[in-house]
Amino acid sequence: MNFIAGVFKPPCSVLISLADGGTRKQVPIKKDNGQTVMLPLFQSQETIIGEVLVEPTQGKKFEHNGIKIELLGQIELFFDRGNYYDFTSLVRELDVPGELYERKTYPFEFSTVEMPHESYNGVNVRLRYILKVTVGRNYVTNMVEYQEFAVRNYTPPPPINNSIKMEVGIEDCLHIEFEYNTSKYHLKDAILGKIYFLLVRIKIKNMELEIRRRESTGSGTNTYVETETLAKFELMDGAPVRGESIPIRLFLSPYELTPTYRNINNKFSVKYFLNLVLVDEEDRRYFKQQEITVYRLLED
Amino acid sequence: MISGVAEDEEKWLAAGIAGLQQNAFYMHRALDSNNLRDALKYSAQMLSELRTSKLSPHKYYELYMRAFDELRKLEMFFKEEARRGCSIIDLYELVQHAGNILPRLYLLCTVGSVYIKSKEAPAKDVLKDLVEMCRGIQHPLRGLFLRSYLSQVSRDKLPDIGSEYEGDADTVTDAVEFVLQNFTEMNKLWVRMQHQGPARDKEKREKERSELRDLVGKNLHVLSQIEGIDLDMYKDGVLPRVLEQVVNCKDELAQFYLMDCIIQVFPDEYHLQTLDVLLGACPLLEPSVDIKTVLSQLMERLSNYAASSTEVLPEFLQVEAFSKLSNAIGKVIEAQVDMPTVGVVTLYSSLLTFTLHVHPDRLDYADQVLGACVKKLSGKGKITDSRATKQIVALLSAPLEKYNDIVTALKLSNYPHVMEYLDNETNKVMSTVIIQSIMKNKTCISTSDKVEALFELVKGLVKDLDGTLHDEIDEDDFKEEQNSVSRLIQMLYNEDPVEMFKVICTVKKHILTGGPKRLPFTVPPLVFSCLKLVRQLQGQEENPFGDETSTTPKKIFQLLNQTIEALSIVPAPELSLQLYLQCAEAANDCDLEPVAYEFFTQAYILYEEEISDSKAQVTAIHLIIGTLQRMHVFGVENRDTLTHKATGYSAKLLKKPDQCRAVYACSHLFWVDDQENMKDGERVLLCLKRSLRIANAAQQMTNATRGSTGSVTLFVEILNKYLYFFEKGNPQITISTIQGLIELITTEMQSDSTTPDPAADAFFASTLRYIQFQKQKGGAVGEKYEPIKV
Repeated sequence: MNFIAGVFKPPCSVLISLADGGTRKQVPIKKDNGQTVMLPLFQSQETIIGEVLVEPTQGKKFEHNGIKIELLGQIELFFDRGNYYDFTSLVRELDVPGELYERKTYPFEFSTVEMPHESYNGVNVRLRYILKVTVGRNYVTNMVEYQEFAVRNYTPPPPINNSIKMEVGIEDCLHIEFEYNTSKYHLKDAILGKIYFLLVRIKIKNMELEIRRRESTGSGTNTYVETETLAKFELMDGAPVRGESIPIRLFLSPYELTPTYRNINNKFSVKYFLNLVLVDEEDRRYFKQQEITVYRLLED
Repeated sequence: MISGVAEDEEKWLAAGIAGLQQNAFYMHRALDSNNLRDALKYSAQMLSELRTSKLSPHKYYELYMRAFDELRKLEMFFKEEARRGCSIIDLYELVQHAGNILPRLYLLCTVGSVYIKSKEAPAKDVLKDLVEMCRGIQHPLRGLFLRSYLSQVSRDKLPDIGSEYEGDADTVTDAVEFVLQNFTEMNKLWVRMQHQGPARDKEKREKERSELRDLVGKNLHVLSQIEGIDLDMYKDGVLPRVLEQVVNCKDELAQFYLMDCIIQVFPDEYHLQTLDVLLGACPLLEPSVDIKTVLSQLMERLSNYAASSTEVLPEFLQVEAFSKLSNAIGKVIEAQVDMPTVGVVTLYSSLLTFTLHVHPDRLDYADQVLGACVKKLSGKGKITDSRATKQIVALLSAPLEKYNDIVTALKLSNYPHVMEYLDNETNKVMSTVIIQSIMKNKTCISTSDKVEALFELVKGLVKDLDGTLHDEIDEDDFKEEQNSVSRLIQMLYNEDPVEMFKVICTVKKHILTGGPKRLPFTVPPLVFSCLKLVRQLQGQEENPFGDETSTTPKKIFQLLNQTIEALSIVPAPELSLQLYLQCAEAANDCDLEPVAYEFFTQAYILYEEEISDSKAQVTAIHLIIGTLQRMHVFGVENRDTLTHKATGYSAKLLKKPDQCRAVYACSHLFWVDDQENMKDGERVLLCLKRSLRIANAAQQMTNATRGSTGSVTLFVEILNKYLYFFEKGNPQITISTIQGLIELITTEMQSDSTTPDPAADAFFASTLRYIQFQKQKGGAVGEKYEPIKV
């Protein structure tokens, strides 16, 4: 038994630590099991420096086929669970095959890493970044250790940011004109605007503005689209008459939004929509959906 | 069904209160533990109870008040938070994260109030934001209450002049702008209420709306409290905006209430200076708006303002308040075709009150008002609406009360025209009021023009108006009315005889139209007025009127003759006879023998032809005798004729005692003390003897019919006459005659068959005592009486 136990027991422990691990900003990320963990945060073009500590178990020497560290950017589609598409893959050899007698520290560095996509945890898709240390073994499975980290990329305010203005209606029934101050919002932005009633022949009960997220994954016949309503924000209570104009002011900060992601590595997209919904007294819903672009504003 | 609804409503209210209290409890806990997040969460939940649509305004208000109290606590907490260093701007954003709009806005207003107080942002910006954001509530009831809350929490934070929130950036204009906007929005919501829900509930809805009106009106009240609104600002900025809203909302209830509000909350001085604008809005209101009450209120206020101090009167003149009001009323009446008569009259009545207060010297204004009123009433016939009638009476009474002088009112040429629109009954009442006013103020009406006008006014009393049925008139009322007319006639007086005569002619003209029922009341005072004038003329040394057109007693007598003749035709013979006699006496004093004779003739004719009642005859004959006795103007022939007739009438009276008394009274006709040629002792004696005979006959008659002789009273009376003439020195009356009469009486009294009569006994005894007394006097009288034995 002892022998067997000796076979399956990991012959060494591997610990990955970042050089600025104590000071680097951490962000909460939801795991599959619903728990939230704090992960160090990086952005594209950052250099990732750290070290890997390998320590033989119980001080016994062990043999290995070489030790390497990889930086992987992976997309995992849930309908194709287990298959990862690595869009980024960098490798650093830490050690040549040999024997390890005692604890050894291997510094590593990935300088100015291109990490174009942000970490994302969606309904049908996950995008994550990991540091993966592999200790090669003969005859038995390699030893693998992961360290996940988060990536967020910041954008400056867009140079062109037009308002969304539109007149919609149902003939002889309802005509409204709405205006959102811009078409691109950063995550802590507020949507300002107004709805102007040009014609009201139905008995409206209330009006709300919804923020919807549409996540589409896959392509062709294997396209999966998930739509979530993230916010239902009541704009108006009661029935307006012709000529009324109702203000809109919706702060985005309370909602868990991500930037808009368009066709990430041909695997998935995440888009945001504003859905203006008017509900009449018979609970019929009249709505108009408009896409908005969400971006992550570079904070000072 | 209805009680079911009410019960349900109670239940919903109870449920709402319960929900509210529960969340308020958690909110308090969060407040106590300084947990901002939970405080916001539970306060939003608490406020969600106000999202209900199931409550009537009344019940909703109850719920609202509870929430209001809780929000005060929350506001205190926000203040604390801000003091502790929590950014008020962040807080202002934080409350806007609430998903439901109604709780969100209540919270926003609450934080906004703290925000303004913190002065971290200009008050005007916060106010503007709040009032704009509240547009999200388009539900009338909820919107009204929310905005009412906003108004409530902001009213002590307006950047008014002298307020701590006034600054370079914040001016009173911003405060006004804010209140006006809130007012406009609230009014829109309020007006909209009527269109919501099924048509069958309209009445109930209107009632509920009415309950909510003060929420809207409160804004105007807030406006009026803003110190910084001076006249210019009010004129250029505030009033036109408010009126614009009032006019444009096209809602009867709102227009009426708000106009009334404007008039009540803003100062009189402002109203006066903005009359154009204010009045200009009136014709633009809906035709169904009770504009008369609105304008009446305005005029009442202005009237009171004018009455408050004479210093303000020039302002009224300066702005030509009267003509503006007058025009406005005209326009309103034109615009509101369906305005009932009562409305029209009320408006003019108010205008009249106004002008009487403000321009007491401008009688022409008052007349204009009446004229305009007549014009509007024309073609409508008599007014039958009792409320309208009441208003006309008020309209007509106003000048009387103001001037306390009918003479002034008489100058109002349109006054009688207005009266024509009254029904007969009210017309009479009004006439009585006019007369009472004259009486009370002892007004002397002195010219015929005025008299003419006055009679035109009171013609309801002076003659029958068309359509009056006599049966309907209460006898006592009629007497009362006519008595007041006759009192009125006495009030007409002018020192100048010429004018006075004109007055009399005018009165005559009018009263002769009065018909038989009125003449007995109206002719006597006229006759006495004439006689008064006659006395006046007679007192003057020379006749001041040389020419033929002048007034002479003769002319007056002619007039009197006609007048009394009219009365005699009624017939009212007794009264006419008395008046003829009065006239005769006056003619006598004027030395107009033919006139006097004529009057007597008329009196005699009446006696002969019309007076058949014996009692009346007795009275009449004594009057004739009494008057004739005093006449000195007659020549022998005329006098003889008249005297003879009178004696003849006397002897023909029905009852013996009456005959007797009349005959002995006639004796005086032959003996007038101060006229030497009028002392015919023989005929005196004849009369007395005749009366004695009649007395005897009377005695015998009584004896024959009753078995006992009657009283000796007649004899004693005759004895007194004897003594009278004896004393006056009538030679025909001798001691022996008197002595004989005394004995006769004594015998009669002692006779068994005589009915004892203590009064007669006493009378006789006192007569005898008189004789004794005269005897004891001594001197010539004593000597004269001496021979009489008693």
